[in-house]
Amino acid sequence: MTAPIEPTEALQTDEDAPVQLVAPDGSRVSDDRNAPYRARTSHLGTEELRGLYRDMVLVRRFDTEATALQRQGELALFAPLLGQEAAQIGSGRALAPQDVAFPSYREHGVAHTRGLDLAEILRLFRGVDHGGWDSEAHNFHLYTLVIGSHSLHATGYAMGVQRDGLVGTGDPERDTAVITYFGDGATSQGDVSEALGFAAVNNAPVVLFCQNNQWAISVPTSTQSRVPLYRRGAGFGVPSVRVDGNDVLACYAVTAEALERARSGGGPTFIEAVTYRMGAHTTSDDPTRYRTRAEEDYWRDRDPIARLHALLVAEGAWDDEAAAALEAESEALGERIRTSVRALGKPAAASMFDHVYATDHQVVSRESAWFESYESSFTDQGGHR
Amino acid sequence: MSAPTTSSTSTSSAAGRTPAAEPVPTGVQTLPFAKAINAGLRAALGGDDKVLLMGEDIGPLGGVFRVTDGLQASFGADRVVDTPLAESGILGTAIGLALRGYRPVCEIQFDGFIFPAFDQITTQLAKMHYRSRGRLTVPVVVRVPYGGGIGAVEHHSESPEVLFAHTPGLRVVSPGSPQDAYTMIQEAIASPDPVLFFEPKGRYWEKGAVDLSEGPYGRRAAEQQETADVQDVAADEQPVRESITVREPVTVSEANGFSTLNTAVVARPGTDLTLVAYGPTVATALKVAEAAASEGTSIEVVDLRSISPLDTDTVVESVRKTHRCVVVHEAPTFLGTGAEIAATVTERCFYDLEAPVLRVGGFHTPYPVAKIEHEYLPSLDRVLDAVDRSLAF
Ligand SMILES: Cc1ncc(C[n+]2csc(CCOP(=O)(O)OP(=O)(O)O)c2C)c(N)n1
Repeated sequence: MTAPIEPTEALQTDEDAPVQLVAPDGSRVSDDRNAPYRARTSHLGTEELRGLYRDMVLVRRFDTEATALQRQGELALFAPLLGQEAAQIGSGRALAPQDVAFPSYREHGVAHTRGLDLAEILRLFRGVDHGGWDSEAHNFHLYTLVIGSHSLHATGYAMGVQRDGLVGTGDPERDTAVITYFGDGATSQGDVSEALGFAAVNNAPVVLFCQNNQWAISVPTSTQSRVPLYRRGAGFGVPSVRVDGNDVLACYAVTAEALERARSGGGPTFIEAVTYRMGAHTTSDDPTRYRTRAEEDYWRDRDPIARLHALLVAEGAWDDEAAAALEAESEALGERIRTSVRALGKPAAASMFDHVYATDHQVVSRESAWFESYESSFTDQGGHR
Repeated sequence: MSAPTTSSTSTSSAAGRTPAAEPVPTGVQTLPFAKAINAGLRAALGGDDKVLLMGEDIGPLGGVFRVTDGLQASFGADRVVDTPLAESGILGTAIGLALRGYRPVCEIQFDGFIFPAFDQITTQLAKMHYRSRGRLTVPVVVRVPYGGGIGAVEHHSESPEVLFAHTPGLRVVSPGSPQDAYTMIQEAIASPDPVLFFEPKGRYWEKGAVDLSEGPYGRRAAEQQETADVQDVAADEQPVRESITVREPVTVSEANGFSTLNTAVVARPGTDLTLVAYGPTVATALKVAEAAASEGTSIEVVDLRSISPLDTDTVVESVRKTHRCVVVHEAPTFLGTGAEIAATVTERCFYDLEAPVLRVGGFHTPYPVAKIEHEYLPSLDRVLDAVDRSLAF
């Protein structure tokens, strides 16, 4: 057995260059290939660009705050999205209100675009909740920790949307698409391949959005695939696009096009957003064991937020006043996250028996009753363990 | 737009490294559980070229719990293989490698992530030997960090051992001490049968004395060391040393010391009640016995070590002496290991029992959120409560 260490780049061609609308220095890119995507962003004026920038800055602030809270022992664990803001905000902002997202566990930016209070997400990482937010209120499903599983749920959900006649009606308020997010590592799971297969043969209105952040914990993308990931779609008959995942405009445009195809009955799309996870995989991970400083520096120079900032400045769309307002807003968000997390108490122990089944179940009732009397035996004695 | 170093520099450098000639350590050391398993894996890798490790993040990272720490650096990326992120793929290819004469040791990163591989394990791995009427053996080991108590998020604290124990053809074991962890991982690797090796992750950091000359590979390393020492002494007269490098594959059987995978062990003798535990609850049971002793109750702790096969003889022998039995495990009690033991003990010791066999374990709920996991887990108090109830009959 030889270890699969051949770099993926060796098998890349010019065609694999990702769609890009803004270069790392903030200048706009115009070429033949990106023309249709440029058209999809032509309606985005100063306000909209500032909005995308604001989104990215706020989720980064959330990210920094959550990481700090974990360090202070307030969270059991946290999975940072640092570096992936453009991929998430760009794609998330392309969703229509009725579209439905199926995230994995790092999609805090997408959650933000769906109007979910980011403090809600931290309940899961604090260990008081398994992720019990109202997914229907936000069209944002629960986080999924088992890699790749939800790509099939999204596909099935999209098959349901299609059966319900909510695809291709021509009514922009009704036509619905589904999007699912997963990482580069997830593409190795059978479930993701099966999702591509089901999506293709059913022409399901689903967008499979892969954030290739270069690493699956300590394992580089080259251990998952010998070819650029987006090319996996072709074998299933799923149109696939590779996009610069640190370019928020390109992510927006590519996703908007894929979602529109899905809503109009054109079927699934596979998107590979090439980005970089700048932080650790989770707060329990130590990236110095497997990656180099040079690599981190390379990607720091391609920071998605700095890129949009440069564009805003170059186009005269940014000033001190806007900067101060945003700083105040992110300061307030940080404060709110800190206080709301610290206020999250411990759930009642007996709550573990709630909702195991939707109907009565004798085994659970019996155990729950026993537990109640056991617990009260301590309070009866006036003390607790 | 690709980074200059997107390919894994660390993996490739490890791949180029030749396996180390460093001798497998012997002697007695105080090691935490995780390091004891690491030492057992090292002994097996050093003792048999057909042994290989495969899993997610087990190479340069050394596994998320560092159980494989340093092994890729010593043995190379061909022997300690970072796989794609695909559990079904890991188990399915391990079966193929085993059919080709290799002894793959697969790491599943966390208990809750074994299920993508459940199909390969239960429908394929478990049945190859049976289906081939014994012609094929598939010596695959599946290492699974399991159990709770570490404040983790969902899917990171489960105890799915009985789902596998219920499948004929698989051996399902869980060590309760660093020494057993060291010996049992070696016996699991040397076993011709597939072994599900459940590691109590909440105990990874707990230390104990480990005799590194134990276990099939440890014994061999110790013997080789002795031979080498003798030859060093006799080096002037007789410079021939090849015999050390000729290696027959190690396999275990009843005949040559296949012990820990088949037998339970009395971890602490006692006379008033038998406390049966395995894996993470062994340490709890020992603490309970300690606490009970201060109140004048003498508890015998039986560490099962193996769930399948279940050494009921050792349990029955103990219960015939103590007349009382409480079983403790983290997995839900409903249809679990405790239920099996209660039924067997009742059948075999009906007239010896002074009290019904009681069980303390997880409830019939998904593993709860971290903030209340200690109320779910069989705590010292809950076990003592069961001990009191048993003694009150
Ligand atoms: C089925 C399964 N196997 C293993 C894990 C443990 N695990 C959690 S995240 C992760 C890496 C995921 O990498 P990738 O899919 O690239 O997503 P990223 O975290 O980089 O966004 C692993 C191996 C898991 N959660 N689920």
